[in-house]
Amino acid sequence: MDHRMSEEQELIVETVRRFVADEIVPLEADLDPDAGALHPADHARLVDKTKEMGFYGLDIPKEFGGPGIDVTTRALMAIEMSQHRGGLYNPCYGTFGGAGLAQLYEATDEQKQKYLYPTLKGEKTGCFALTEPSGGSDPARAIQTRGIQDGDEWVLNGSKLYISGADKADFALVFARTSDDPGRNGVTAFIVDTDSPGFHVRRVVHTLRSTHYATELQFEELRVPASNILGELNRGFAIANDRLSRQRIPYAAGCIGVAVVAQKMAIEWAKSRESFGGLLAEKQAVQWMIVDNEIDIRHATFLVLDAAQRADRGERFRTEAAMAKLIASEGAGRVVDRAMQIHGGVGMTKDLPLERWYRELRIRRVGEGPSEVQRLIMAREILGGSFK
Amino acid sequence: MAAIDLDKPMVDLSAEAIAALPAQLGVYEVADAAGVVVHIGYAGGCEPFGLRTALMRELDSGAVQFRHEITHGYMTRWHELLMAHVARTGSLPAFNTADAHRIGTLSP
Repeated sequence: MDHRMSEEQELIVETVRRFVADEIVPLEADLDPDAGALHPADHARLVDKTKEMGFYGLDIPKEFGGPGIDVTTRALMAIEMSQHRGGLYNPCYGTFGGAGLAQLYEATDEQKQKYLYPTLKGEKTGCFALTEPSGGSDPARAIQTRGIQDGDEWVLNGSKLYISGADKADFALVFARTSDDPGRNGVTAFIVDTDSPGFHVRRVVHTLRSTHYATELQFEELRVPASNILGELNRGFAIANDRLSRQRIPYAAGCIGVAVVAQKMAIEWAKSRESFGGLLAEKQAVQWMIVDNEIDIRHATFLVLDAAQRADRGERFRTEAAMAKLIASEGAGRVVDRAMQIHGGVGMTKDLPLERWYRELRIRRVGEGPSEVQRLIMAREILGGSFK
Repeated sequence: MAAIDLDKPMVDLSAEAIAALPAQLGVYEVADAAGVVVHIGYAGGCEPFGLRTALMRELDSGAVQFRHEITHGYMTRWHELLMAHVARTGSLPAFNTADAHRIGTLSP
């Protein structure tokens, strides 16, 4: 496997690295340590810059006006884009744009007109409502939100939990059980306007990620036109599952970026901080922590790029993406933990970004499928389908 | 609704009362003499003495009473309080109107 970057990739990575260093990091100096957004004027200015650079809407397919960046280059960019305080969950504070809900690219023309195109223009936002109080790791079986057909409409009743952005969204992609099949073949995806009667954002859910909240939703006799079914009736879980697989590579890459900065900080601190008559960098205990950090970072980088290259070659990458997600999220957590240990007291404070990354990385071991589910995915492929 | 509101009793807003607070991170509400909340704020990681520093700035705001809550999740709690206030009263507190772009809609 050859993971050397092409000249074009080197240029792109260097451009993004300069953008983070020159545009994002200086702004963060004046923000609260838990800030989740830039000042609107700064955000608008930087969006203009990324548009000039040709990088706006990174994840939008080329046929819909995106820059058409391959998965490997996208992963390399994600590693750079997360190298700042807010970078793990909010790389460059969204100034590179979003893709909206990727599932909408499979929508009907009418649905695209109403939801996809306005989202790509920044006129509408959507949220993804899959997880329920009954469980998130096995959503196909856990979904209890029920959809009952009534003429040309469907009536939804149920609830969703840990849904990001629902309180600000114009529409939601809601997964509901629409047949008696208790598994993945009985789930349908609905596009729901959030101003519909019966759509309620009941509460904020606070987590370790104190910069950003999730929400709990409740649907009471929520009526949705049949024309708002996304994809096929009772085949909605395939839509949800596809999203989960595709997200794992950039999700893993973001973890690596944070680990890279934490390691740089640990090295700089170890080479300048004196203790017991010498620099920390002279102590074997510290040297080993820094070496272990490097091993975790390189291990994760290797697996992320391997998964990305397989995806670019059109090969199966489900196991590789799961492996990359697991190793990167767990490895980055260890790297930040060691960096805090090397820093000592100041590593625990909000003066440095380490404590924020420490909290947020803990969530990464659960978000987008916990480590145990990633192992389950790999085991299915390694052992074969009969061991599901 | 009660579960997400900051519903403990208001106390007089004075330098003495503020000085007695722990220098912790958290959220607060300040109100006028009629008890109308005029600002919902937070004491974040940039405040040298947490709630004390943030509330000292409120002494010149015209508010006469306050209540607070210590929390490390001050940012999400602040958003929650703003949304709960809008859900209950229909609008943001007078000194929070510039925060309108930050918040969503709750229907608790």
